Amino acid sequence: MAPTVPSAAKSASPSQPSGKSEVADLKQQLRQLAGSRAPDADDQRRDVFKRVISCMTAGIDVSAAFGEMVLCSATSDVVTKKMCYLYVGAHARAHPDLALLTINFLQRDCRDQDPTIRGLALRSLCSLRVPNLVEYLVTPLATGLKDPSAYVRMIAAVGAAKLYHISATACIDADLPASLKALMLSDPDAQVVANCLHALQEIWTLEAANSEAAAREIETLYSKPVVFYLLNKIKEFSEWAQCHVLELASKFLPSDNNEIFDIMNLLEDRLQHANGAVVLSTIKVFLHLTMSMTDVHQQVYERIKAPLLTLVGAGSPEQSYSVLCHLHLLVMRAPMLFSSDYKSFYCQFSDPSYVKKLKLEMLTAIANESNTYEIVTELCEYAGNVDVPIARESIRAVGKIALQQYDVNAIVDRLLQFLEMDKDYVTAETLVLVKDLLRKYPQWSHDCIAVVGNISSKNIQEPKGKAALIWMLGEYSQDMHDAPYVLESLVENWDEEHSPEVRLHLLTAVMKCFFKRPPETQKALGATLAAGLSDTHQDVHDRALFYYRLLQYDPAVAERVVNPPKQAVSVFADTQSSEMKDRIFDEFNSLSVVYQKPSYMFTDKEHRGPFEYSEDLTNLAVGAEAPENVISAQRYQENDNDLLLSTSDKEDNGTRASNGSSTSTYNAPSDLIGLSSQTPAETSLINTGGPTYSSQSNFSLDDLLGLGVTEAPAPPPPPALTLNSKPVLDPGTFQRKWGQLALALTQECSLSPQGAASLMNPQSLIRHMQSNHIQCIASGGHPPNYKFFFYAQKDGATAFFLVECIVNTASAKAQLKIKADDGTAAEAFSALFQSALSKFGLS
Amino acid sequence: MISQFFVLSQRGDHIVFRDYRGEVPKGSAEIFFRKVKFWNDDEAEEAPPVFNVDGVNYIHVKVAGLFFVVTTMVNVSPSLLLELLQRIARVTKDYLGVLNEDSLRKNFILVYELLDEVIDFGYPQTTSTEVLKSYIFNEPIMVDAGRLPPLGPAAMFMQGTKRMPGTAVTKSVVANEPGGKKREEIFVDIIERISVTFSSSGYILTSEIDGTIQMKSYLTGNPEIRLALNEDLTIGRTGSSSYDYRSSSGGGEVILDDCNFHESVHLDSFDIDRTLTLIPPDGEFAVMNYRMTQEFKPPFRVTALIEEAGPSRAEVLLKIRADFSANVTANTITVQMPVPSYTMRASFELEAGAVGQTTDFKEGSRRLEWNLKKIVGGSEHTLRAKLTFSQESHGNLTKEAGPVNMNFTIPMYNASKLQVRYLQIAKKSKTYNPYRWVRYVTQANSYVARL
Repeated sequence: MAPTVPSAAKSASPSQPSGKSEVADLKQQLRQLAGSRAPDADDQRRDVFKRVISCMTAGIDVSAAFGEMVLCSATSDVVTKKMCYLYVGAHARAHPDLALLTINFLQRDCRDQDPTIRGLALRSLCSLRVPNLVEYLVTPLATGLKDPSAYVRMIAAVGAAKLYHISATACIDADLPASLKALMLSDPDAQVVANCLHALQEIWTLEAANSEAAAREIETLYSKPVVFYLLNKIKEFSEWAQCHVLELASKFLPSDNNEIFDIMNLLEDRLQHANGAVVLSTIKVFLHLTMSMTDVHQQVYERIKAPLLTLVGAGSPEQSYSVLCHLHLLVMRAPMLFSSDYKSFYCQFSDPSYVKKLKLEMLTAIANESNTYEIVTELCEYAGNVDVPIARESIRAVGKIALQQYDVNAIVDRLLQFLEMDKDYVTAETLVLVKDLLRKYPQWSHDCIAVVGNISSKNIQEPKGKAALIWMLGEYSQDMHDAPYVLESLVENWDEEHSPEVRLHLLTAVMKCFFKRPPETQKALGATLAAGLSDTHQDVHDRALFYYRLLQYDPAVAERVVNPPKQAVSVFADTQSSEMKDRIFDEFNSLSVVYQKPSYMFTDKEHRGPFEYSEDLTNLAVGAEAPENVISAQRYQENDNDLLLSTSDKEDNGTRASNGSSTSTYNAPSDLIGLSSQTPAETSLINTGGPTYSSQSNFSLDDLLGLGVTEAPAPPPPPALTLNSKPVLDPGTFQRKWGQLALALTQECSLSPQGAASLMNPQSLIRHMQSNHIQCIASGGHPPNYKFFFYAQKDGATAFFLVECIVNTASAKAQLKIKADDGTAAEAFSALFQSALSKFGLS
Repeated sequence: MISQFFVLSQRGDHIVFRDYRGEVPKGSAEIFFRKVKFWNDDEAEEAPPVFNVDGVNYIHVKVAGLFFVVTTMVNVSPSLLLELLQRIARVTKDYLGVLNEDSLRKNFILVYELLDEVIDFGYPQTTSTEVLKSYIFNEPIMVDAGRLPPLGPAAMFMQGTKRMPGTAVTKSVVANEPGGKKREEIFVDIIERISVTFSSSGYILTSEIDGTIQMKSYLTGNPEIRLALNEDLTIGRTGSSSYDYRSSSGGGEVILDDCNFHESVHLDSFDIDRTLTLIPPDGEFAVMNYRMTQEFKPPFRVTALIEEAGPSRAEVLLKIRADFSANVTANTITVQMPVPSYTMRASFELEAGAVGQTTDFKEGSRRLEWNLKKIVGGSEHTLRAKLTFSQESHGNLTKEAGPVNMNFTIPMYNASKLQVRYLQIAKKSKTYNPYRWVRYVTQANSYVARL
């Protein structure tokens, strides 16, 4: 589709035409020109068309002029023709009837003598995207694939993919994939071959959801004959098509090592290509092919280093960012291999901060015995940087290097020098690091404490830094002469301390200090506990109360709890799992590397706007097991029966059965409300203990059983919702409703791990939901992502609930979009739906 | 698979907007623009070229102050899209001669024509200016390049030196000269971006050259070209570390760490006599990119000092020495130095008889700025500045100020000593003698002196 952007954009620019009057004016002029035989009519038409396209670009809705544009479309001027095609392509969908008028001249142009015109017309014809015009598409496409001009064949190949998106059956019935495949393996023109490959991959991937034959066809694309055929032609392809072929080759499974070396020798010179995309695609092939050959794999790393570093320096800043992201991934996987290249990762003055951040992480990773001195020296220079976020990151990097080294002597000195710089953010960051360092290397406490002791807590504003300082004051209070007094002064300013984190640390530090130097701290402790008990923050209050009771119970026990001898932390946890990292590595040369997330976390092939929704429905498998027409026929029958049934019969079928699951869920929230109404009494509860505790444990027990819908905001007790056990809704109505109704609710909920694991195909969940009176109308997807469209009907009412449910089995999460005829019941239905979903796989 | 392509002005106006697959919800251009403008307000960070908003991936490059953007719903290769965006900008420039908001607005129909051929249903087709010629029917509408601020690396030749025909580089590949005949000429530019970091004692900590041999051909009939480089050129540094500097006693030997080449380049005789053979396609392209970490003589020596001069005052001394031959002149030089954040005022003292020099204290970013129109080889320039602080300094001024960063352009100079020995064009006839321009230029990428 095209420049149909909300008209909000137009107000931004006074220089661009705007408003309805402009469109009316254009319509008027077009009408005059339509029949004009004036000698300069062509020029005038060109000008008016240009204005229309200009409006379209600016985001003005010019669809009203569709009829007039079509009337003016009969022209021999190619420039005008192209503008007309652009316009028609953008608006045909909204005017399917008028679009029919353009078919004639497009079809005629498809038979033009000039291949450029033929190609142009065919491309536009396929871009109309109007389902009822499909019949006019098939013949020109089939002819186009056999056209003597490579230009037309190349357009026809992509056209086949376009047709598939408009009508999959039309494309398959005309046997276009077979023609594409034949063309791919025989056409002399490389771009035709590339486009056939694009089209086939797209068609078969989508088709594979329904047909095993298509799934097998995809396999053949990755087979040796096809991959080698394409690789042998690699130099004939455009750079972009080369990338695509290389991507295909990276998925090829070679049968022996000779094949691997053949491919690598063939592609060796691609590593010297000036186009970074070609180089990265080649690297992916090399890395994936050699996965099982450790020593060769390592040689590949050595081989690709230089080309990657050259790309970082050669390309645009944007390109060098993308290449750096890939280097980052490789560095993180094999830091030792890059340890001698550390200077390549020094930050440059002109680097934007997102590049500097990557470089700092790489420097941190490759620091080892031989280069640490240089790297830390360099990082220390950045600490005084005018760019404050980078200065902070640099200090953190120094700290991380210290944490991963055995000889931290020199680094500790550097860190302590940071404290002398007397910049508040430097001090704050450094304190956090010194704290972590002490947790790992308690032996350094003397040196650190001497310096830290000189820092005035008043100069530190940042909560993290302040908390770190307080932690050290508590932990090392026996070594810091004035620790109790510093803490005491901090407690005096309790009310001015806005960060709960700092107040929590203060509580604990005063406790620790008390056990080490009781006489000096006693007064401060009393003040602290008093302040903590009256604190408005729940955690602070609870912790103060906890300490207070612990002390009341037995100070010796309290000491054992609060101040036990500590063990040094040996390794700080890595934030990203190695499984995650492997997934990203598998997706080398893709957005995953830039985002540092595997693709399932940010893409969802089924995720489309509501606009494209109808296409989804036709493409997805409809219903549970049976083919579409059978199901809908059945449903219609049921519908008839339903109408004939008496009300009591309906009750029998529906309500009773559904009551079982729904009522139990729906009482839960009111239980919750009952409990939470007791909250004011909570404070007294704690002192009285006994009976109330039990009720609380009941409450948490309920929670554990998964009955409570704790997430739901407590609504006024909703009317018990029951669902019709046999609702009837045909796909057409569903689509219409989905398009019309506003979104009532979006929610994310979890599946049980068992459920996520057992969701191997959509059918299992469909059956489960059916048993809960929620029907599936369409489903699709591949592991780990599935998409379902469900519907349900309120018992005894006509109101429907429609649900789009996207399940990711890897994260065991589901995203729900609920639309309802009766919006007030949407909440209730959502709870019911979630409860049904959460039980999936448990029975 | 690309969903949409669009070009936005700095104000967020749509200049072109093309949707290829109709799968991205409406308003993507607005979402993109808002995201880029307000990426991280507090920290004034720039938006990265690739980001994801609500499942839509936005990939963009900035060219000539404009945003070239594609959106996609699938997990594609970011490098491919970034490279493609640059290429689209370059092809457009080949056609329009000058790439800027004005020329794009005037020629947006031509750009749509290009976009139709460059991408089909989200798949890149061809970006070859030459192939595209047969499918483009619009005549470019030329904008006056003279009025416009120079853009792109080729523009730097237009300043100062009269040796270059200024308009040639802003000529469209399809437009004819006023005389109706095309001028046969070819430009070969050796562009080097250098990065040097000096320690506080003036010692070179790191140095690197990123170079490009860029070509722009206006030759008809695509004759074959031979480009000969230094005979003693070595590629690939020996030894495991690419940074163990050998003392540069070897004389004029040029050692590149690595290089890559354009698709059209044949390397058959490269190993023997260091010549590249190619049939240049139309338009502008990089023949070869190279990287060098071999030690080289930096064109400028920068000395910076900051000293306390009383309780809340300090003095700054900046000195630049041009270490290149007197017949070469550097131009548009900027020297920047961050000063302590509590600096209130700065007063400057230029050397006696200084011409074409300006100074400024940027209060917002707390920087001293020193601009020099040109520096002749062999000369030395100094600037003194007195700083007034709002509070007493904490003692260690060198940790609060700097580093000094320098920007410059030096035409007809190259730091690497890489040379084009000759440029040979296969002759079609005796009288065929096209113009050949071989030009060198060195720019600062990151030229930093620490305090």
